[in-house]
Amino acid sequence: MKKLLSGNEAVARGAWEAGVNVVSAYPGTPSTEILENLATYPEVYAELATNEKVGLEVAAGASFGGARALTCMKHVGLNVAADPLFSMAYIGATGGFVVVTADDPGMHSSQNEQDNRYYAKMAKIPCLEPSDSQECLAFAKLAFELSEKFDTPVLLRLTTRVSHSKGVVELGRRAEHTPSGYVKDIAKRITIPAHARKMHVKVEERLRRLAEYGETFAGNTVGKGDKKLGIITSGISYQYARDVFPEASFLKLGLTYPLPKKLIADFIRSVDEVYVIEENDPFLEEQIKAEGYFVKGSCAYDNPVTGKDRVPITGELDPTVVARSFGLQREPPVQPIAVPARPPVLCPGCPHRGVFYAISKLKLVATGDIGCYTLGMMEPLGAMDTVICMGGSVTAAMGLEKALGPEMAKRTVAVIGDSTFFHSGITGLIDMVYNNAQGTVVILDNRITAMTGHQQNPGSGRTLQGQPAPVLSIEEICRACGVQDVRVVDPLDLKATEAALKAAAGHPGVSAVIAQSPCILIDKKFKPALHVDEDACVGCKLCLKLGCPAISFGGARKKSRIDPNFCTGCEVCASLCPKQAMKR
Amino acid sequence: MKTVNILICGVGGQGVLLAGDIIAETAIAAGHDAKKSEVHGMAQRGGSVVSHVRYGDKVNSPLIREGEADVILSFEEMETARYLDFLAPGGAVIVNRQQVLPMTVATGQAQYPADIVDRIKAQVPNTKLCDGPALSEQAGSAKTINVVLVGALARQLDIPKDTWIATISSRVPPKTVEINRKAFELGYGG
Repeated sequence: MKKLLSGNEAVARGAWEAGVNVVSAYPGTPSTEILENLATYPEVYAELATNEKVGLEVAAGASFGGARALTCMKHVGLNVAADPLFSMAYIGATGGFVVVTADDPGMHSSQNEQDNRYYAKMAKIPCLEPSDSQECLAFAKLAFELSEKFDTPVLLRLTTRVSHSKGVVELGRRAEHTPSGYVKDIAKRITIPAHARKMHVKVEERLRRLAEYGETFAGNTVGKGDKKLGIITSGISYQYARDVFPEASFLKLGLTYPLPKKLIADFIRSVDEVYVIEENDPFLEEQIKAEGYFVKGSCAYDNPVTGKDRVPITGELDPTVVARSFGLQREPPVQPIAVPARPPVLCPGCPHRGVFYAISKLKLVATGDIGCYTLGMMEPLGAMDTVICMGGSVTAAMGLEKALGPEMAKRTVAVIGDSTFFHSGITGLIDMVYNNAQGTVVILDNRITAMTGHQQNPGSGRTLQGQPAPVLSIEEICRACGVQDVRVVDPLDLKATEAALKAAAGHPGVSAVIAQSPCILIDKKFKPALHVDEDACVGCKLCLKLGCPAISFGGARKKSRIDPNFCTGCEVCASLCPKQAMKR
Repeated sequence: MKTVNILICGVGGQGVLLAGDIIAETAIAAGHDAKKSEVHGMAQRGGSVVSHVRYGDKVNSPLIREGEADVILSFEEMETARYLDFLAPGGAVIVNRQQVLPMTVATGQAQYPADIVDRIKAQVPNTKLCDGPALSEQAGSAKTINVVLVGALARQLDIPKDTWIATISSRVPPKTVEINRKAFELGYGG
């Protein structure tokens, strides 16, 4: 049976067909749909992990029991999970153990464009790179086999375009995998130095066997074309290069670590000139050049290898960029017309808006975090100063305070979402309390993980697969961490929110303000839209400071207007209007 | 056959992604290979959204190369202008008669380019306007604008009408099949 599937859907399908038993992961664009799709299969236990480190460790434990286990995450998630990844690289796999990383070249929704193939190299584990949805399915299945055959974690590396593009996929059946059960083996699973020294020797030996495997691996394919030009590529770059150089010879690498050196040497020898076309970092190119293929005349085979001297390191590739890199892109017949930018904004009715308006009004320094609410940085709210990483708001505020003293703490708040707080905000909060800080943490509790498409979280009362779950109280967690001054406030109530922020910032000792109101998109039960009474409106533009997409200004009478198609009736603008011009 | 390239653009929340799914699935149902690509996440919070759909004998890149889109199907007037460099020589543009104000315009920092449709027409002779808001109301629901636009696109392509209707029927809630069928017909133009 054939179906149009995204790369993420196909990875989930492939893992399911491979008999995966346990999946644990934290959502993160562009990886999220892998977890969401795996959760729909009744044969699979799939859970929302608290963070990526937790996800990888839960999957590791499942592998110890002989289950086939998978964790998936966005590229920066693997930074969080790196610690157990490197240990598991030594420990290896009992049941197949697959780590999926979805990198984000072009940073469509990320803070950097790190190339996670380097993790495979550093951890000395195999890296599979599919280039379309069909390969996503095939490589996900294969990853479990390789993991068990070579006793190793396998890194399955996707990129945004592979994850989120759809293509035709041939579906197969599930081969049930029964966990082999737990057998104690401390030399394998306890990573004390005495054991780990022996493990490292095995890891190096494993790498040699994997490289040998790559020489004949069916996913490393040679497509013979014009002998003048050979292209070495992998992943989505292969698809772009195929369109731009339809006549060329191709070495398409599906296993991009470790590299098949003989296969590469034979390919380079078979053509006059070689281009290495890959997105972001020169991962393949560096390794190929380290073998001695460098510039014409200086290497054994006399074939020049061209890569990042032509193809950009920064930004996402696409067929246009690849063509342009080699001077093959013609000027387009029609030029675009410059129009105003359309950046994303906080949704109409978003409960975060009230908090950011108050922060902006009180002129507080706000160390920020990762989620929808990062959009609080956008004008006209402009209510965010820094973003480091998941959980980094709390600790950045702590650092500012310790560097500049208690006066800085009085005008600084750390702003973090509920899911991010569970992910890695709690540890920072404990650090503040333990080290006698005075700062304020604002937790935007909208009862959901909104940015990645509304996943449940430890505060929402449901598991990923729909089971009822205990609702963890953020208020009680804050108190249990030793925060004396905890305030819960409704962010749709502007006056109360402002008062709570002011009081908390001034409080000696650590304070927490929990702004509690569900994401407006959870049940989409909007209240009737408001409208502006033009006779009452004096055109002061105060309501425009909320940055609500439903409110605009203009018309013949120069008044505020509310678009009834966007307004959710949250009434925040009405509470702000000095003339009570917003009417139901 | 030569690969057909369709670029769909609009604003987050307008149904651009569903329209892309319908087009790709219809192409597959008609016996073609197809790929589509878009980016989820941040862009869906009211940002600019673009989806690439390609079909033919064998499709490699899921992304269209600049200067190679046969049709640009635009859900919002101003968004069309951003992607005109994708249009192939002689390509067609279909513009939905709808304006969604970006925040910079709503707050008065920027002006919505009022004459944008005329400027697009001046550059692209093969520009067709589609009154999605009016036609979807006529079909019975403002939520069918994306299906009206798929209808307008279908008119330009070589895939049988029934294949389109079959895909649409399978992709919309059962209760709305009739309304969506009507919306498709209105977009198609009889």
